[in-house]
Amino acid sequence: MANLINDETIEYVGILAKLELSGEEKEAAKKSMGEMLDYIDKLNELDTTGVEPMSHVFPVQNVFREDVVTNGDRSGSMLQNAPDARDSMFVVPKTFD
Amino acid sequence: MEKEHLLSLSATALGAAIKAGKTTAVEAMEAVFGRIGEREDINHCYITVDKDAALEKAAKIQKRIEAGELTGPLAGVPVAVKDNLCTEGMLTTCASRILENFVPTYSAEAVINLEKAGAVLIGKTNMDEFAMGSTTETSYYGATRNPHAPEHVPGGSSGGSAAAVASGECFFALGSDTGGSIRQPASYCGIVGMKPTYGTVSRYGLVAYGSSLDQIGPLAKTVEDCAAVLEAIASHDEKDSTSVRREDTDFTSGLINDVKGMRIGIPGDYFGEGLDPEVREAVLQAAELLKAQGAVVEEFDLSLVEYAIPTYYTIAAAEASSNLERFDGIKYGYRAEDAEGLHQMYKKTRSGGFGPEVKRRIMLGSFVLSSGYYDAYYLKALKVKAMMKKAFDRAFEKYDLILGPVAPTTAPKLGESLSDPMKMYLGDIYTISANLAGLPGISVPCGRDGKGLPIGLQLMGDCFQEKKLIRAAYTFEQSRGEGEK
Amino acid sequence: MAKEYETVIGLEVHVELATKTKIFCGCSTSFGGRPNTHTCPVCTGMPGSLPVLNKKVLEYAVSVGLATNCNITRYCKFDRKNYFYPDNPQNYQISQLYLPICRDGYVEIETAGGSRKVGIHEIHMEEDAGKLIHDEWEDCTLVDYNRSGVPLIEIVSQPDMRSAEEVIAYLEKLRLIIQYLGASDCKLQEGSMRVDVNLSVREVGAEQFGTRTEMKNLNSFRAIARAIQGERERQIGLLEEGKAVVQETRRWDDAKETSYAMRSKEDAQDYRYFPDPDLTPVGISEEYLEELRARQPEFRTEKMARYKSEYELPDYDIEIITGSKHMADLFEATVALGSQPKKVSNWLMGETLRLLKEEELDSEDIRFSPENLGKLIALTESKAINSTVAKEVFEVMFREDVDPERYVEEKGLKTVTDESALRGTVEEVIASNPQSVEDYKNGKEKAIGFLVGQTMKAMKGKADPAGVNRLLKELLG
Repeated sequence: MANLINDETIEYVGILAKLELSGEEKEAAKKSMGEMLDYIDKLNELDTTGVEPMSHVFPVQNVFREDVVTNGDRSGSMLQNAPDARDSMFVVPKTFD
Repeated sequence: MEKEHLLSLSATALGAAIKAGKTTAVEAMEAVFGRIGEREDINHCYITVDKDAALEKAAKIQKRIEAGELTGPLAGVPVAVKDNLCTEGMLTTCASRILENFVPTYSAEAVINLEKAGAVLIGKTNMDEFAMGSTTETSYYGATRNPHAPEHVPGGSSGGSAAAVASGECFFALGSDTGGSIRQPASYCGIVGMKPTYGTVSRYGLVAYGSSLDQIGPLAKTVEDCAAVLEAIASHDEKDSTSVRREDTDFTSGLINDVKGMRIGIPGDYFGEGLDPEVREAVLQAAELLKAQGAVVEEFDLSLVEYAIPTYYTIAAAEASSNLERFDGIKYGYRAEDAEGLHQMYKKTRSGGFGPEVKRRIMLGSFVLSSGYYDAYYLKALKVKAMMKKAFDRAFEKYDLILGPVAPTTAPKLGESLSDPMKMYLGDIYTISANLAGLPGISVPCGRDGKGLPIGLQLMGDCFQEKKLIRAAYTFEQSRGEGEK
Repeated sequence: MAKEYETVIGLEVHVELATKTKIFCGCSTSFGGRPNTHTCPVCTGMPGSLPVLNKKVLEYAVSVGLATNCNITRYCKFDRKNYFYPDNPQNYQISQLYLPICRDGYVEIETAGGSRKVGIHEIHMEEDAGKLIHDEWEDCTLVDYNRSGVPLIEIVSQPDMRSAEEVIAYLEKLRLIIQYLGASDCKLQEGSMRVDVNLSVREVGAEQFGTRTEMKNLNSFRAIARAIQGERERQIGLLEEGKAVVQETRRWDDAKETSYAMRSKEDAQDYRYFPDPDLTPVGISEEYLEELRARQPEFRTEKMARYKSEYELPDYDIEIITGSKHMADLFEATVALGSQPKKVSNWLMGETLRLLKEEELDSEDIRFSPENLGKLIALTESKAINSTVAKEVFEVMFREDVDPERYVEEKGLKTVTDESALRGTVEEVIASNPQSVEDYKNGKEKAIGFLVGQTMKAMKGKADPAGVNRLLKELLG
């Protein structure tokens, strides 16, 4: 399965994860991802037919909040760490719709 | 009180001494900063310390203790907190460049609980970047060293917390454990570390790595300290949907020196290839000691052990790839300066802000979730996880506890692990199952290897059975005796 | 011979739920606050923050599902939809893909060809995104997270519609159901109801669907109708030229009456959905469903029948009043306070609709209370004010919801009932208008109207015109 990881895969995953790798990093990523996926392929030794995927270890269900406003104006502290802010808003490079 | 003696006290012993008026919170804090002054240049346990704030806080707490307002076992005791737990007004970096300037405006629930108990924050400890690593070498702020042997790693990812406890740079610490990140550094540094049952300590304010696996827990000098700290930080929190409502959080009631009749299983699968003979020897001796104290110890076959690592890395990487998407240079943290347009800004910020190990796991996680691979990798891992949980359920029908090593070896030398990530991942083999199955686990010192490096014993219990763990660990610690530490 | 084409349309409708707080945190959902004043660590994606589901969101989503004949998923989960965009603070949206709350429902719509069903594929719960404000001067974008985390349901229909008329009938039906449930006000213009149109064309009689496109940014029923027409023509044009329709998302520009593709090479459409580990699954019991079923309101069809039998209103009135939940509530509340149903209906059909149209408002925007409408009706019924004054008062009440009793009192608008004062004025009018008196006496009935008018003018409108008429006739013998 390691041959899954070629230059296109690295490029594609880079777009998904918003990571830009240098040439050297790409080679390293190809190698390590390939190794990891080979290793993960070990799971295919197991027959999991009929097994329910388990995302939560406990059968805890129905954790809710009441529909009551608990938060006041915290805009100051929410913006406090922003690299760039103006008029009580976060500033980002221009987006296109 | 004389400084060296003071620093040798356990957290609960210090708490008692403060309560008895033999020393003060301020004196204890000054002693800690004295030790930090002596050792921190070498150890590098902390990313941030705030001496003035700590002393000021200690003075306030001392007044409240004297006024009888604070009576708990941790009142006035200095604590170090791993840098992935948010602390209001104090830098919280996750040992990453991407959060180099992030000062939270809220504190993690576990930190708030410690403050309520009267513990005094010293600062934030070093760790592997975003808790991804087993050596504390992936920190953007430099590696932490093992206080027992500076050319060795302290383990990770809570390596700063473990080293700080071991070197007396704090009296106890908080860490987080996603795949062994409390238990393994505790083992490498010769201290006690505990990962509670998933949901016991609120994750609110813990910067997430693998949300379904992460749990906060104590790193301490003794089992008693561990129990007291866990009792203080465990709480049902309405802000964390995965937080469990428990009535049995009086963990110190488990501090009983008696294991008679306790059934302890040793998975044969934990003692196979790859386990260092000295570690094996020390762990089996520990089992003998518990047997001598009246426990029923036998070997059994846990099964599926070799599938734990691929399962763990698939799930942890997938969750991490999503959890770490929020670091984008918009709301907080590092933003690349020289970017043209939005997408360049994202890419430059994240490529420059994350270190190689974090990027590796984000890439892997994004891949296993991507279109066409989700079923084959992610869903498959969730199914194997279900099978592993079943295997543990079966084991706990027969045994109260499972006993084994924490890690295959003692602490490796600095630099040895980074060159071979696969080898580093394999080192997590004994610890990650507890995270996948949500189980509590504790690491207790059980000897040293020929180089003088500490070896840890791991005990795992069924969900919500922390008291059994504490009881067995306490009995082991007591019967092993002070002299053998 | 020219080919004939059929349009196949499915809709994705997002509805903002009328909860007080956001879906996963205790921040207010109210509109119009200063930027980022309704935010907290959870809805701005701060590190370490965690979501907790708002109970009311589930309740609304299940209620809409029940009212649209859906199967309610007894064990449902939330999933993360991963994509980078600044309006999405975590860079993943919490939504539902694998186990949505409702599936396989339908609503019935009335079309020219009779009644028919439009299938609902699924309804899922999710969080809204923040608002991006483009700053042309500085060449950057500003982000406000006040809307981030506001609860939405997305209602995905089957590709069962064939024309703009059917689409509008379906949307009207959905809107009424949701409004009747109180789950949302469903205003297209304000974005509390948002419609994405999935459209493809195929030759009449063809088995397979054509390639579809998704159209966004449709802010009115008119825009939806025009976009459907435009897209149908565009796709047919492509097919006629032998070109292929590309599956893509397009943005409708209503001013230019055209759409354009929204594309970016930086975005792979691969959302990497997986179950959100921070949220627990939702288990739905039979008791819970029973409770919500019992709480379902009277929907429009039942209400229409009742209005006919109970209030004996004309069909036209019933159609209009029940066409808006708010208006129906207002009507019923006013009647309950003792006003005669037809009188209430007359005020709604007449002055209310006129003013709504004049102000370009929706029925949901009516602000006056049933108490005040009831008082106004009582004032006219008792002849304390005449109809002209009543309309004046109504207009003030429509705008400011004033108490008509107090307003009439303060402004001195009450009809003069003092017989002697009225008689004096009428006598004066008769004396000063001999020509009209003469005309009347010569049989010109209309002349009396002029004299009534003159009297009303002298009384500053505060007289009962019928009483004036009677008195004039009496005095003129």
